[in-house]
Amino acid sequence: MSKPDKKDTDDSGLKLSKDLLEALAKFQEIELEDFQLEAPELEIIFEQGFAGQMMPKLKLPTAIAVGKPTAMLQAPFTLPIETYSGKIAQVKLGATRSEGGTRGRSLVVGGEVSPAFYTFERPTTHPPVVTLDVFDMEVPLSKAVKMHVKDVVGDPAAWAKLAVEKFGADMVTVHLISIDPLLKDATPKAAANTVENILQAVDVPLVIGGCGDAAKDTAVFAEICERFKGERFLISSVTRDMDVEKCGKFIKKNGHAVLSFTPMDMNLARELNRRLYDYVDKDDIIMDLTTAALGYGLDYAFTNMERARIAGLMGDGELAHPMSSGTTNAWAAREAWLKMDAQWEPRELRGPLWEVTTALTLLLAGVDLFMMMHPAAVKTLKETVKHLTGTGKADPAKFYDWVAAKP
Amino acid sequence: MSKKASVKELSPIAIYKLLPKTNCKECGEENCMALATKIVNREITIDSCKPLFKKEHEKAFNQLKEILKPPVKEVIVGVGDKARKLGGKLVMYRHEFTYTNSTAIAIDVTDEMPDELVTERIRKTESYTFEYIGNTLKLDMIAVRSTSNDPEKFKATVKKVSEATKLPLVLIALNTNVMEAGLMAAPKARPLIYAATKENWKDMAELALMYNSPLVASAPNDLDTLTSLAKTLLAYGVQDLVLDPGTFINEGLTDTINNFTMLRRAATKFGDELAGFPLMAVPMVAWANKGDSAKEIVEWREATTAAMLTVRYADIMVMHGTDGWALLPITVLRQNIYTDPRKPVAVAPGLKVFGTPDENSPVMFTSNFALTFYTVASDLESSKTNAYLIVVETEGSAIDSGVAGRKLTAERVAEALKASGIEGKVKHRKLIIPGKATRISGEIEELSGWKVQVGPRDSSEIPKYLTEKWQP
Repeated sequence: MSKPDKKDTDDSGLKLSKDLLEALAKFQEIELEDFQLEAPELEIIFEQGFAGQMMPKLKLPTAIAVGKPTAMLQAPFTLPIETYSGKIAQVKLGATRSEGGTRGRSLVVGGEVSPAFYTFERPTTHPPVVTLDVFDMEVPLSKAVKMHVKDVVGDPAAWAKLAVEKFGADMVTVHLISIDPLLKDATPKAAANTVENILQAVDVPLVIGGCGDAAKDTAVFAEICERFKGERFLISSVTRDMDVEKCGKFIKKNGHAVLSFTPMDMNLARELNRRLYDYVDKDDIIMDLTTAALGYGLDYAFTNMERARIAGLMGDGELAHPMSSGTTNAWAAREAWLKMDAQWEPRELRGPLWEVTTALTLLLAGVDLFMMMHPAAVKTLKETVKHLTGTGKADPAKFYDWVAAKP
Repeated sequence: MSKKASVKELSPIAIYKLLPKTNCKECGEENCMALATKIVNREITIDSCKPLFKKEHEKAFNQLKEILKPPVKEVIVGVGDKARKLGGKLVMYRHEFTYTNSTAIAIDVTDEMPDELVTERIRKTESYTFEYIGNTLKLDMIAVRSTSNDPEKFKATVKKVSEATKLPLVLIALNTNVMEAGLMAAPKARPLIYAATKENWKDMAELALMYNSPLVASAPNDLDTLTSLAKTLLAYGVQDLVLDPGTFINEGLTDTINNFTMLRRAATKFGDELAGFPLMAVPMVAWANKGDSAKEIVEWREATTAAMLTVRYADIMVMHGTDGWALLPITVLRQNIYTDPRKPVAVAPGLKVFGTPDENSPVMFTSNFALTFYTVASDLESSKTNAYLIVVETEGSAIDSGVAGRKLTAERVAEALKASGIEGKVKHRKLIIPGKATRISGEIEELSGWKVQVGPRDSSEIPKYLTEKWQP
């Protein structure tokens, strides 16, 4: 055998760092622990049918030649290229000093002109990005996640720093759980102070997450939008039962972007986007069509998103928005965190694989912004995006190595 | 030849016109029109119309077969009960129509593995089962690779494997002498032959014809050669093909995803018959050049590659890792992707009885979101719990999202309790509620008059909870 390549290129698809692996290796004695995640409204309505589908073009069947061929016949492959009348909106997130904010850099998502990673057709306009979840107070977390963040739970600024510096987050989502009237009922001012601390700690763009109480979220978002005018936060989220006019106005006035969040139903997404158009621009809206976990409705989420993206590309402007996914919802699946029979262990690997499988599935449906949790899942998703949008080529010479490989 | 209608455009009338129109009911349907409707919905095949096989209907039968032919050919590997269908895809996207024939997963063995290891890997593959909302997830095939390049060794291993398992086989060797030896050891097993390349296609085609077996045409990252090979093999008389455009990880991932996507689009949207065959992915390439990566890393990489190719059109995958933590997400994803997108997501609300409950048995409730209900039901069934479960109308919301979205309210719980007639079935008035519905526990007590006990947050803990906390 030849010496291992110095660059170790084969590992570039998954640079799970050694320390992470070592951490993952200590899986045995972990107890079943309670687990909770933010609860998005999950209401699945699947509609059948999809108008405007292309008709297959006529192509004559291959004629069977008389007698067996003695040399290879030639039948070059025709690239199946399509064109689309629509284009997905482009949304900028975060603002640098020159752009009116304080961030080290801003990001753009969307702008796609072909389905996700149909790069034989057109290149990806903007690679999907990852924002990591940070909570402003102690929340129950699965053990597989907790072992990576236990030192920073309760300190959102430190947590944000860890997410960016160690886990490679492109953005950070600040979940303001403490504002929940049923929990700490923290004031809008206190919530804004938390955001201030995170702005000081990291220089990436931020997503501002509420608690799910419509009235309280509105009050907190208003305070934060005004106090941090020009930072171009993504406000997560505006839902149908909120005062869309009020929210739309303070978001636009202060130069932020909005996450339009609906249950799994394309018509409800269209409706909320239409209502938002009265107050914000198309390029201010990212939509969240609801993410269900692998094994717990991912099929609906996947198809709903894939369909919405294709509809957007085919000219349905109300769905031509970048998509965000609350991929952390993958941890709602008990198979992600539950201690199971030995055959399925260790869950310290099963859990993050559950999250990244959910993410990769939705990546291929067209998601532009991933809200995620586990560092190993984030790492794999980012590497995959890098490969899918990079200039790397397959090396056919090595392909058949697997036939006689002795792993 | 007329333009072929896509699945969506096919009307029952078009089928009806070609049926005998005698309303003989032999097929079990009321009349020919009813049968035509079911044929269009792919709920029944034309083979159920027995009169069609008569000489006088031969032309109509052939026309029907042509109209109904899927853009991706269905290829059968193996024989008997465990024969596995590959491909047969009608559409590109799930929202167009249900996907047919889920991605087959083959686990590999080699002709240089010790006997015990081969036996162990076959046993692992056959015994892999996971119960998931009323389905049993399984693995499908054994792939036998020749790492020795020695015909005798390969022959002996194929013989041993075919005696040890009824699972369909994939035989993997690029050397035609080795392949021939393998086929001789399983002459009637109809294994999938891997592979015909631009170098060896002629001999492989002969073997495929001789052993009446499906054949993989392989051209790594070269679709021109791949469709040329398909054309050549068809002309040679091999009709059952599988296409292998190569699987590449890392830098090669873009080409891989593009190739699978282009082939499937060409077949389903552009009518390219040379692209219209099942596609083979090889996630196990992750093991071929693994360098000094830890086993878990390679298995993780293999699993994530398999996940992407399950979504992007692989009809069969060859895998090496057998660890449950890596295979479970893949088999669940496969089930999700291949499930009928038209099936309802909610179950009917009302009272469900588990085991043989009596007047002292516990009463619980859950949401009518299908996945929540099936999860709870499976936990109650597997633990042989005797209990009453009231399914509350939550418009298909899960418990936590139902509470948050006001789809699961105390009013609805109280109404469901009343409507269920449970008050006549038990003496007590204690309701165990899901831990995730704690927020509405007070209101439920107030509105229903039942005493509320907050149960576990996950239904897997119900049996333990009942043992420790239940007293009527």
